[in-house]
Amino acid sequence: MNVLFFLIPIALGLGALGLIAFLWSLKSNQYEDLQGAAYRILDDSDLEPEEQARILSAKGTRKGRDGLKEG
Amino acid sequence: MTVHQTIERDWSAFSESLPDGSEKLALAVEGIYCPACMTRIEKGLMDLEGVCNARVNLSSHRLAVTWNPAETDPEKLLRRLADLGYGAHPFDPGRVKTEEKREGQRLLRALAVAGFAAMNVMLLSISVWSGNVSDITPETRDFFHWLSAVITLPAAAYAGQPFFSSAWRVLRKGHLNMDVPISIGVILALFLSVLQTVQHQAEAYFESALMLLFFLLVGRWLDQMMRLKTRAFAENLTALKAETAMKLFADGALREVPLSKVEPGDRVLVRPGERVSVDGTVLSGASEIDQSLVTGETLLVKVAEGDAVYAGTLNGENALTISVTAAAKGTLLDEVNRLIDDAMEAKSRYRQLADRAAEWYAPIVHTASAITFAGWWIYGIGWQPSLVIAISVLIITCPCALGLAIPAVQVVASGSLFRNQVLLNRSDALERFAKVDLVVFDKTGTLTRPTSGLVNPDACDQETLKLAIALAKASSHPLSAALAAMDRTVRPLEEAAEQKGKGLEVSHEGELLRLGSIDFCSAHAEAAEVRNAHPQASLIAFRRGERKPVVFALEQQLRSDAKAVVDSLKARGLELMILSGDQRRAVSDIADALGIERYHAGISPTDKIALIEAEKTKGKRVMMVGDGLNDAPALASADVSLSPVTAAHVSQAAADALFLGERLAPVLQVLDISKRARRIMEQNLFLATLYNIVAVPFAIAGFVTPLIAALAMSGSSLVVTINALRARARSDPWFTDNGGFDEALADRSAGDTDR
Repeated sequence: MNVLFFLIPIALGLGALGLIAFLWSLKSNQYEDLQGAAYRILDDSDLEPEEQARILSAKGTRKGRDGLKEG
Repeated sequence: MTVHQTIERDWSAFSESLPDGSEKLALAVEGIYCPACMTRIEKGLMDLEGVCNARVNLSSHRLAVTWNPAETDPEKLLRRLADLGYGAHPFDPGRVKTEEKREGQRLLRALAVAGFAAMNVMLLSISVWSGNVSDITPETRDFFHWLSAVITLPAAAYAGQPFFSSAWRVLRKGHLNMDVPISIGVILALFLSVLQTVQHQAEAYFESALMLLFFLLVGRWLDQMMRLKTRAFAENLTALKAETAMKLFADGALREVPLSKVEPGDRVLVRPGERVSVDGTVLSGASEIDQSLVTGETLLVKVAEGDAVYAGTLNGENALTISVTAAAKGTLLDEVNRLIDDAMEAKSRYRQLADRAAEWYAPIVHTASAITFAGWWIYGIGWQPSLVIAISVLIITCPCALGLAIPAVQVVASGSLFRNQVLLNRSDALERFAKVDLVVFDKTGTLTRPTSGLVNPDACDQETLKLAIALAKASSHPLSAALAAMDRTVRPLEEAAEQKGKGLEVSHEGELLRLGSIDFCSAHAEAAEVRNAHPQASLIAFRRGERKPVVFALEQQLRSDAKAVVDSLKARGLELMILSGDQRRAVSDIADALGIERYHAGISPTDKIALIEAEKTKGKRVMMVGDGLNDAPALASADVSLSPVTAAHVSQAAADALFLGERLAPVLQVLDISKRARRIMEQNLFLATLYNIVAVPFAIAGFVTPLIAALAMSGSSLVVTINALRARARSDPWFTDNGGFDEALADRSAGDTDR
């Protein structure tokens, strides 16, 4: 039974961590614009210019796909 | 900001100063249709010097921008946005309501806490239940119960707030609502569970209380979300409608201020082509005013010094200085608002289905559990086991499914309406839409398009028409604006000079072009001819060099699908009627064209109410569709109401729902979706009640263990929610050709710029 004294606090702690994460994300307005957030992830403009160029030139080619895998 | 600066807009009234010295502004942006717009706007603004942050909200079409006031000013930001092709309008801080948003966040936090606690406590409870039928030691069980209590008590105290406070509010007034049995059930269950735990008993009911709160909060939150979404769009529309006034200060400075900062006695300037935002008398200037939004009258009215003008009317070709008699809270608007308030009060007596259900449900629940408790106690099993059974009766009958039955359908149906270009203002409107048997239409702006259109496009050749449109674009006169709206691709002739009271003149490729009054273009003969053919139309003449002048006739035109919609409404067995403030002839033409037999022309807002009330006393369920300021009281007094999004602000506020776009089809769709939604709501109530009828006898008999109660409870909620999903609209041949919400927005913003 002693195992419970470890497992239950761990289980509760993990759950509380999730709860705190949710409350934090709610407080920092991360649910304000779900539609926009879905597209922002596809936006590459925050990458360095050379990184963007590499991805663009790599698109579709066999070499490019391999290059992306390495990267 | 000193008073001596003469700038266009008093930005300090719109923006908010942040502690770090930067300024923050929220803008409603026109023309955001895609994610590309989002990045373009953000990048475009961030490239400007002094802009700290710019973030677009794609869901609500809003932009939040912060900047350093020392390095840039809002004018520059707006100019950059205009260069990028987006119109932006600041919010009047006095009109943005943050209360509901905070309420939504509070519910979501309560939901998260209830969910977290319910999951963990359920884990412990299942261990106890399975332990009870095998080999759990009493010490372990007590430990689990205490642990559950430690999690549950604070969690329930927090997550139960929305219910406790509401129950307390109605109890103090001596009433009952759905929250009363919920609160009693939760509090009793918690009290008893703690008692059982102290007494080392085998059962505790912490998980039941938490599950109950969790499911009910889901229902509450869905309901709240729906209202928030509509509210956000309503706020955007208010900002897009530019509820501002150009105020003349004592020192001669001219600044654009939000309407809430204009007082009676102030002087405001109304520029040509601008919508008048206040009631007042003309101090100087003479112009023609388009009153169609206020009275339904389509012909322009001349005003000069000393005449009264009303908010919502559209100024013609000359600037007017107006002495304000009433601004945001004023006479004509105030009167209309008072009528709306009176009518609203009457309508709020129509109680929502859920509340009506609660009214007979709550006493039954309480009585049933009280009788159960008394019965078992008298039978002699002791007060504690009796209370256990009574609580399980209270919980199993507790309106989990009932709480979800209606909001879930409302959310699904309003989402479906949203996709069909209808925004629902009030959630209980669905039930009222479903019962309509008489549809009353306003004419101007409702059956007809909000802007007039050219009725004789064949008056001249295409090239001449294009020239006329190009010239019209340089003017802000309402008739020119209607002509200009004909073709968006034509570029304006910007060097055109406006001759006060006559029209526009420009020399273009060696020819003198003139657009304006019949006199100005000496087109009397042609005008007489056109007047004969279109007696209701407003005329505007165009002269190209020495060629024969052309006279254009502009008239209110029916919405493209008006006839088809009217026919379908008739086919559904609904009665139709037109109530309009416009002249008899104009109304009868429209009524004949649509085949509507009953119509009243030239009537006042009070008459409209009287006629609607008369129908209501005959037992008719009246739906009012209207847009003008003069319709607003009628909208509020009808059983249910719908407004086009081009409507006057007060009308929008009074209407139960708004529809977007050029077509009238949403009227039909709103009725169909509401009918189906109401049917599903009734099914859901039936299912929820059936569940209770089956479950309650078992609970009263004492057969229901907490596990079964919890499963039954969740099961019934699930069934109800899945059934609610059926309220989604089936694809309808009417709407497949042009359905997207963005297209509707495009229509609307185009309509706004056309003015």
